Amino acid sequence: MKLHNIAINNLRRRKAKMAFLMAGMIIGIATIVILYTITTGMEQEIADKFDQIGSNMTIIPESDSLSMSYEGVSAADTEGTLNLMTMDEVAKIGTIKNRENIATVAPKLLDSLKVANRNMLVIGVQFPEELRLKKWWKVEGTRPEAETDVLLGYAASGELGKKAGETLEILGRQYKVAGVIQETGSQEDSVIFMDLKNLQSVTGKKDAVSFVEVAALCYTCPIEEITAQISGKLPGTKVTAIREAVQARKDFVDRFSQLGLSVSVIILVIGALVVFITMMSSVSERTREIGIFRAIGFRKSRIIGVILMEAGMISLFGGLAGYLLGMAAARIAAPVIAQMEVVIPWDYRIGGAALAIAVLIGLMASILPALKASSQDPVEALRYM
Amino acid sequence: MSLINVKDVKKIYNGGEGEVAALGGVSFNVEDGEFISLMGPSGSGKSTLLTMLGAMNPPTSGAVIIDGIDIYDLPNEKRADFRSEYLGFVFQQFQLIPYLNSMENVMLPLAITGKSNREQVKMASAVLEKVGLGSKGNRLPNQLSGGEQERVAIARAIVNEPPILFADEPTGALDSKTGEEIINLFKQLNREGQTIIMVTHNPEFLSHVKRAIFIRDGILDETKHPEKQIAV
Repeated sequence: MKLHNIAINNLRRRKAKMAFLMAGMIIGIATIVILYTITTGMEQEIADKFDQIGSNMTIIPESDSLSMSYEGVSAADTEGTLNLMTMDEVAKIGTIKNRENIATVAPKLLDSLKVANRNMLVIGVQFPEELRLKKWWKVEGTRPEAETDVLLGYAASGELGKKAGETLEILGRQYKVAGVIQETGSQEDSVIFMDLKNLQSVTGKKDAVSFVEVAALCYTCPIEEITAQISGKLPGTKVTAIREAVQARKDFVDRFSQLGLSVSVIILVIGALVVFITMMSSVSERTREIGIFRAIGFRKSRIIGVILMEAGMISLFGGLAGYLLGMAAARIAAPVIAQMEVVIPWDYRIGGAALAIAVLIGLMASILPALKASSQDPVEALRYM
Repeated sequence: MSLINVKDVKKIYNGGEGEVAALGGVSFNVEDGEFISLMGPSGSGKSTLLTMLGAMNPPTSGAVIIDGIDIYDLPNEKRADFRSEYLGFVFQQFQLIPYLNSMENVMLPLAITGKSNREQVKMASAVLEKVGLGSKGNRLPNQLSGGEQERVAIARAIVNEPPILFADEPTGALDSKTGEEIINLFKQLNREGQTIIMVTHNPEFLSHVKRAIFIRDGILDETKHPEKQIAV
């Protein structure tokens, strides 16, 4: 017989009370795990989105009455004319004060061309810069290297019946389809990408640029400042930080995260109170028993040990069950709650933290009941006899 | 030297009606191997005296010296250790732990001695055998008769081989036949050398002991059964 045998036997006897306590612990920990994992999953998803977006700024010449557009930028307006920027202006972007924050500058020229008797949207790009920005592109074939290499969007490839390695005639010139971009689900699918200089040359728009995509480093960089600096260098352009679109989502996640934290704290406090009240009442019910322990020579520390062991065991099992339940529920509920594809991986660190929180709360809430039990005067306790 | 030396102990309680003297100055000695009955009517102070001898209830003045140790000079936790080592208790109404079986109840005092489980089982089995319950070690208290529960309580009190055994009204909850059996068990233990101090208000019990201490209104009553009293 050791002290833990006493604790275990008592837990077995008081099944209903201990089941209530454990259920409280399970629900509390499960809720915290659900909130935490979903919030973390959402934050991760937002961070991924930032990475995937690549560029977080667009610079377009100020214009109106747009019609044929790519990412909100028109290839030609209804009159067939459009304000354009020049390559010299593009070069000015690299002269702003915060230039070290700028990772990539990708100028583009958009035009609508007849290709195989179809009106196709053709975008001239500098391929190295473009591929650095569009990290999510999966190209079947090879990367364009020569000036006469083009990339086809998935739908454009289907429309034109051209695959990687085949040749394509545009305005009387032969181009090699270096690769086909796998379906992205965006307008890029129906676009022909060709070398910027080449397109400028064949369309007679030398040095002309329709818009520029810029990747400024990360989401902690001073994007508003960079936006202002570029606007200063390039009057007559509209500089837009894409960050704003993601920021709204981020704000939602932040608010959800704060709500989750508040709810978790409330749950922990309620959980601690439930443990405290249950253990207090358990100690009161066991007055005689504790009196006997004391009378036969149990030190106070041993009484405290027995009570804390009981609370610790309940908390440990409650924490473990709560973690498993919480994770299972989070995996099912996350897409519904977050309204996005959130990945909830099994993380032993969350499990460890859940157990630690459960045990810590259980023990802390049981300290007073344990002290009360240990200070039981055996003579007082034996008077009940 | 006497095993127990009680020196002019007084116990004053401060209640709602002012000070109440539960013990008004009591002195006596108990020798090793004695079987003593502590007798007196309800409210006479015998329970106070028992808990005081049991190292649980410090006197307002005076001293209790057991085996040369002034037990109320010991700090509280050392006194708990002293109880574990020197004293065995058979409480009123058995007071077994309901969720522990007979064997576990008997092993309870051993749980704090650091003895191995195997050793504990061996010692508990031996005392259960001694009290006639060798085959009922795995029964819970509510599966035992009153007499059997009393035997488990006695086994629990002596498993640690304490020099002194206290019993508080051990036959109070039993029918007369079972009570007689329990008294015989105590007498047997005493014959084997166990010092026993038993609280009772049953005068019939007097015939079983060589010596009795009578207490009335918190002081020794030396007029009753002088043949059973030994001068301090």
